[in-house]
Amino acid sequence: MASANLQGTADAKGTADLAGTADLEQGFDATIAGGQRIEPRDWMPDAYRRTLIRQIAQHAHSEIIGMQPEGNWILRAPSLRRKAILLAKVQDEAGHGLYLYAAAETLGVDRAELTQMLIESRQKYSSIFNYPTLSYADVGVIGWLVDGAAICNQVPLCRCSYGPYARAMVRICKEESFHQRQGFELLLAMVHGTDGQRQMVQESVGRWWWPSLMMFGPPDDDSPNSAQSMAWGIKRHSNDELRQRFVDMTVPQAAALGITLPDPALAWNPQRQAHDYGEPDWAEFKAVVGGAGPANAQRLAHRRRAHEAGAWVREAAQAYADKQAGAAA
Amino acid sequence: MTPAEQPPRRSWPLYEVFVRSKRGLNHVHVGSLHAADAEMALHNARDVYTRRNEGVSIWVVRADDITASSPAEKDPFFAPAGDKVYRHPTFYVIPEEVPHL
Repeated sequence: MASANLQGTADAKGTADLAGTADLEQGFDATIAGGQRIEPRDWMPDAYRRTLIRQIAQHAHSEIIGMQPEGNWILRAPSLRRKAILLAKVQDEAGHGLYLYAAAETLGVDRAELTQMLIESRQKYSSIFNYPTLSYADVGVIGWLVDGAAICNQVPLCRCSYGPYARAMVRICKEESFHQRQGFELLLAMVHGTDGQRQMVQESVGRWWWPSLMMFGPPDDDSPNSAQSMAWGIKRHSNDELRQRFVDMTVPQAAALGITLPDPALAWNPQRQAHDYGEPDWAEFKAVVGGAGPANAQRLAHRRRAHEAGAWVREAAQAYADKQAGAAA
Repeated sequence: MTPAEQPPRRSWPLYEVFVRSKRGLNHVHVGSLHAADAEMALHNARDVYTRRNEGVSIWVVRADDITASSPAEKDPFFAPAGDKVYRHPTFYVIPEEVPHL
């Protein structure tokens, strides 16, 4: 367990009697209603803590697993410039995972536990990372569409009611901007290249468009936890609102690339002042979330292998630290 | 749970990280990380929290070594400052024509 004085603990609430709990709950609700942040050692309802742990852990796992699809192309990046950029980007994803694990730990869980939950498949990560990166254009499309969708999701989280999560998101959003721009710039270079390169981009967009739309989660009428998360100030906009925002942002960007988004229903609707678009295949979404995506098994197996292969490093560092501490004493 | 699962290893201790973003400013808490010892914590803090020149100086402190005020006692603990308005310059009424006050 994280035993730090600065961390919250799940059992702190055990001391409060029932009457006390009502007071505490009132204080918590007032803090949220006043637009103020909840901080780690504040009293909070169990369900709020559990929801945050689940969401932040899932978010952290997504960053860590998200290193794999792009890491696949580091050794095959076409120039030193592209390789350096891709390395920096994948390193950022590791950093984002660490900010988020640190935020989750303030709720009284331990990072090692969360890692264990991930590799035992007891916690999830974003379904988008269960799709394979088949061509180098995927590196650009992930930056443009996947990171673009992530930014839409994450910017409102900078105002999340839980302080440590909100602060982690501020750092992450600043860095995501580089991710999206490098992706778009890469695609711009490719669409100004050969016919073959343009086709690679088009083919890649064709594969990533629908999974990117699914990143916002199920439609609002099939998203049972959303209402509570919005009442708690964890979530600020509904899944469909964010999805619409992403579509509207992306359409002119696709036009700038001269790329067709693979949705025949996609059209500007002057009445709504927004784009109409087709329905993602929610059966596919459910299947991928449930573990049947093209790369689920591979992603988890790789994460488990990396964790186990790193065990000796963790142990050696600990043994060295113990020895140094012994020598100093 | 698989039978092959090993007993959980003792995990590295938690360090809180404070970064001075530039000369003339205080160190500010930016987050935490795990490391086997303080030196590793410093190196990890550099890689995790200052990848874009966010800092010119880093402190790491074992989280266990920090003593914090209790949020439950928030009001009584800070009460002594609550009723001492005379500690603020605005408490004092000075004629407007008196300069430099």
